[in-house]
Amino acid sequence: MEFVDIFISILGSTIRLSIPLIFTALAGLFSERAGVFDIGLEGKMLAAAFASACAAYITGSAWLGLLSGIGVSVAFALVHGFASITNRGNQIISGVAINFIVAGLTIVLGQAWFGQGGRTPQLPNTARFSPITLPGVDALRDVPVLGPLYANVISGNNILTYFAFAAVPISWWILYRTRFGLRMRAVGENPGAVDTAGISVTWLRYRAVICAGILCGLSGTYLAIAQSAAFIKDMSAGKGYIALAALIFAKWKPVPVMFACLLFGFLDAFANFMQGKSVPLIGEVPVQIFQALPYILTCVLLAGFIGVARPPKAGGVPYVKER
Amino acid sequence: MSTASVPLPNWINYGLIPLLNLTLAFLISGLVVWFIGENPLDALWLMLDGALGRGEGVGFTLYYATNFIFTGLSVAVAIHAGLFNIGSEGQAYLGGLGAALVALALDHYVPWYVTMPFAVLGAAAFGAAWALLPAWLQAKRGSHIVITTIMFNYIAAAFMVYLLVNVLIVPGKMAPETRTFLEGGQLPKLDWLMAMFGMKLGPAPFNVSFLIALLMCFLVWVLIWRTKLGYEMRTLGISPSAAAYAGIPYARIVIITMLISGGLAGMMALNPVLGASARLQVEFVGGAGFVGIAVSLMGRNHPVGIILAAILFGILYQGGADLSFEMPTITREMILVIQGLVILFAGALEYMFRPAIVVAYQKFASA
Amino acid sequence: MSQTPAIELVGIDKKFGAVHANKNINLTVTKGTIHGIIGENGAGKSTLMSILYGFYHADSGEIRIDGNPVHIRDSQAAINAGIGMVHQHFMLVENFTVLENVMLGAEGGSLLAKGVASARAELKRLEEEYGLEVDPDAVIEELPVGLQQRVEILKAMYRGAEILILDEPTGVLTPAEADHLFRILGVLRDQGKTVIFITHKLREIMAITDEVSVMRRGEMVATRKTAETTVEELAELMVGRRVLLRVEKGEAKAGDVVLSVRNLTVKDSRGVTMVDNVSFDVRAGEIVGIAGVAGNGQSELLEAITGIRAPVSGEIRLDDQPIAGIDPARLRQLGLAHIPEDRHHMGLVLKFEEYENSVLGYHRDPKFGRGPFLDLDAIRADAVEKIEKYDIRPPNARLKTANFSGGNQQKIVVAREIERDPKILIIGQPTRGVDIGAIEFIHKRIIEMRDSGKAILLVSVELDEIRSLSDRILVMFAGQVVGEKTAEAGEQTLGLMMAGIAA
Repeated sequence: MEFVDIFISILGSTIRLSIPLIFTALAGLFSERAGVFDIGLEGKMLAAAFASACAAYITGSAWLGLLSGIGVSVAFALVHGFASITNRGNQIISGVAINFIVAGLTIVLGQAWFGQGGRTPQLPNTARFSPITLPGVDALRDVPVLGPLYANVISGNNILTYFAFAAVPISWWILYRTRFGLRMRAVGENPGAVDTAGISVTWLRYRAVICAGILCGLSGTYLAIAQSAAFIKDMSAGKGYIALAALIFAKWKPVPVMFACLLFGFLDAFANFMQGKSVPLIGEVPVQIFQALPYILTCVLLAGFIGVARPPKAGGVPYVKER
Repeated sequence: MSTASVPLPNWINYGLIPLLNLTLAFLISGLVVWFIGENPLDALWLMLDGALGRGEGVGFTLYYATNFIFTGLSVAVAIHAGLFNIGSEGQAYLGGLGAALVALALDHYVPWYVTMPFAVLGAAAFGAAWALLPAWLQAKRGSHIVITTIMFNYIAAAFMVYLLVNVLIVPGKMAPETRTFLEGGQLPKLDWLMAMFGMKLGPAPFNVSFLIALLMCFLVWVLIWRTKLGYEMRTLGISPSAAAYAGIPYARIVIITMLISGGLAGMMALNPVLGASARLQVEFVGGAGFVGIAVSLMGRNHPVGIILAAILFGILYQGGADLSFEMPTITREMILVIQGLVILFAGALEYMFRPAIVVAYQKFASA
Repeated sequence: MSQTPAIELVGIDKKFGAVHANKNINLTVTKGTIHGIIGENGAGKSTLMSILYGFYHADSGEIRIDGNPVHIRDSQAAINAGIGMVHQHFMLVENFTVLENVMLGAEGGSLLAKGVASARAELKRLEEEYGLEVDPDAVIEELPVGLQQRVEILKAMYRGAEILILDEPTGVLTPAEADHLFRILGVLRDQGKTVIFITHKLREIMAITDEVSVMRRGEMVATRKTAETTVEELAELMVGRRVLLRVEKGEAKAGDVVLSVRNLTVKDSRGVTMVDNVSFDVRAGEIVGIAGVAGNGQSELLEAITGIRAPVSGEIRLDDQPIAGIDPARLRQLGLAHIPEDRHHMGLVLKFEEYENSVLGYHRDPKFGRGPFLDLDAIRADAVEKIEKYDIRPPNARLKTANFSGGNQQKIVVAREIERDPKILIIGQPTRGVDIGAIEFIHKRIIEMRDSGKAILLVSVELDEIRSLSDRILVMFAGQVVGEKTAEAGEQTLGLMMAGIAA
């Protein structure tokens, strides 16, 4: 049964590693479907991680941690909105700027407040989102395969994990079943159509950017006070960019986003598992291959070799009405 | 009539507006310092003193500035052709491989001045090669170069870690790095240059790469403003339709521009790899590629501006290091904050003050 | 017909910087009629309608709907006032379905589900009532242009528009599609709706409107009952009696064929055929003018000949050498010079200094540099020479090009292309946005070129210009050359040909 155990263990860590990607990629989905490119996902996620860890440490409440994580992330989203929507600045540059500001600020403030080299103090379990054991784990424990699968993959996750999987259909529903979603998709394709229909392009894009802020807030909070028990400097470690890759890989659609994130999460988990192990005939497979694979796959997709990734048409272009 | 089309004199466009943006960035940085309970003016003083007070500080400042000149030029060249190369970081990383391979191959046999030209070529060639694929994808398949160069940064990181951990590592050692180059593979320090100004370099790794960087500034200036190719790049960057009218080939210019941009980024590796640590280490680029974006934006994509901006960031990096030593509450990463704010205000919010300035200028001009 | 007018515009005035787009416009549109607004390109029709639809704000003036003054702040206000607009460039989301496009902005609640059902029902009703048939589940980008336009009309009707504005609606339609559109508009009128129909095509005005207003250079010059006017009168009102700029020129001494175009077909970037099987020759020492209303394929014809746009089929020969598909740089070397229609977009890089633009396209010429380098001294000296010869003002080669006036900018382009001494000069709109003095100067240069034995192909929407310069005139309509006349042909004859009425 060793194989099953390995399989279940990899599956479990795949889920854990995918959650921040799912939240973040969905954040990018909202922003980019509304026509605002966002390479500041990484920064917003990191800011939320730091804010949630601080708030959870001070208040002792994970939920207040989540709230402040979201709040700070939304604040940075608004900065991005101010630069790229109101001031019609370059969206790429704005995103890069936010990533830097956050990478620095989290450490500067962390050191100033806690003096632990940019870390925040270790949180007690009560101030974290701890794993939840679903009912029936014990009952199923002895069932082969299904029992461990239920206990280690389905159950035993924290509440944010379930939020992430719920966020996928909710995002889908918002995008395709609500007025807001319809308008948002429209403004990313042809803002002129939205404007002539008498809808404010600016306000619509701001709302989309705020949605992105909320989701990045969830993602960062997950990193800091669900997956870990403290903020560690640079803990987002490029996940914002992987999420961006997943978003492109999923062609800007919510359900494929989930699968892309799971795939990239799996590559990560598999890389961890393969570390130091050798494969018959091939020998030791370098983990870096798995690390680079999401990016390579995304480039191949962008090159149009596997299907066409058509980004939202108005993406990256500030809307100018006057001639 | 919107204010966007009102022409302003050059001293406002290239002087006042950047200055206002920069001032705002530094004011907010000062607020952060004040917020964590330190005196911003004291911090500023400590930083300037650390960066410029002694020969060693100046040496470090110029060492960092050297990195940023290369990456700033890399970003600027691409911007002149209308391309946003976010991949200087990865291209510099690969450039390190090119430079290191040359040094490892030659350092036993020849003195440094023979190794140097080959190392320059190696670094440039590897950096350019890393830019080639994103360039080709942009030119021929229309894949957004911003996204592909970001992806290539991460692919470069994975690739280089693999090489250093598995291939280039010294057998029996733990640290993922090459062996230390002999003198024939090292770029000498510029203590004589410092001595000319009556300063002692001390242990600062300020080296010959700085002179190469200055030479590149000159060459980039020649390229952009004195050659046919540069003329074509600028035409394409400002007006793709005019470029089409003039028969300037889009794909060719995109690819050549990115090769030059990648080559410049690659050369940045000379400074830390051959000039400072005398070996290839993981993550030696340390974000210099991204600083290049800020440097290029602030320097208005002109080599002279880039030198000034690179020195400013050199001061930030060196002074920031000193500052964090003197004021432990302010960590080195304060630099990142300032850098981010500069990019935000000098880049994305470039025109924030413009409408107000236009109004003021029109009042002033009509009065 | 009821007595209160559907729309009254009183004293509408709008400037864009130095451009006076609408000058004190007054207009009354009777309810339940189709009211045409006709005028040349740039006469201010679209600006006026954009003001009515809240896209631009008038600097002054009043809008009254059904006799009540209204303030149209934005498009939402226009929609609420019962105005719908079909833009020249469709405002559709291309990867949305018809239904989604129609619902956008009028979803009927924060969830789509409820609105979808009623929208379907409403589309069904509109289809039955007005003959506006479209599959609600079709995706826009897969629909032909005519149907896309119908979706635009549906959008307006779905929002309860009582007044429908159509801006140049037939420009992208085939004749059959246009006829279908006219039938629909007729039904709309019969149901009591008011239609404002903007066009520059006289035939369409005569075919479907009840009343027609003529705009010229930002002014409303006349309103007529269609039944009581004639094409000739409208053409004259539209073009106006201008000071005819007669150019002194002798008899043309036409030589060998320099440029020969055979069965040329060109499509634009949307895949619409813009040049349809066109053939003609241009000989040394003659000026061939191509007359036509803008948008009838002249731009694409120029782009194909000058190597900017690859033709779909056909042949172009320069001195009997095939040149179709050759890039513009090589064509210049072969002796083909090009003064483009739009100097801002193509002919000049406005951010460049004057001398930099004086070599655009010729910068690889050995005269301007050695090896990879530009010889700035040579370029500047050459620029200064041209500045003197062409009296470009201010005489400063280091001034940013954007800071020159339109006439002087055009002179920079003209000097650059003529001074290369090409075999053939292709000219698009040589004097658009150029002052009278510069016009005369440029015309003189063109005649001089002809007299020195060069071949010249001239495209202009200014009929006067075509008539005073050309030795032969070809008229283009709907992508085809519909006839050839000599310069002696009357303005009316040509005007009718340009309108696609006579050949």
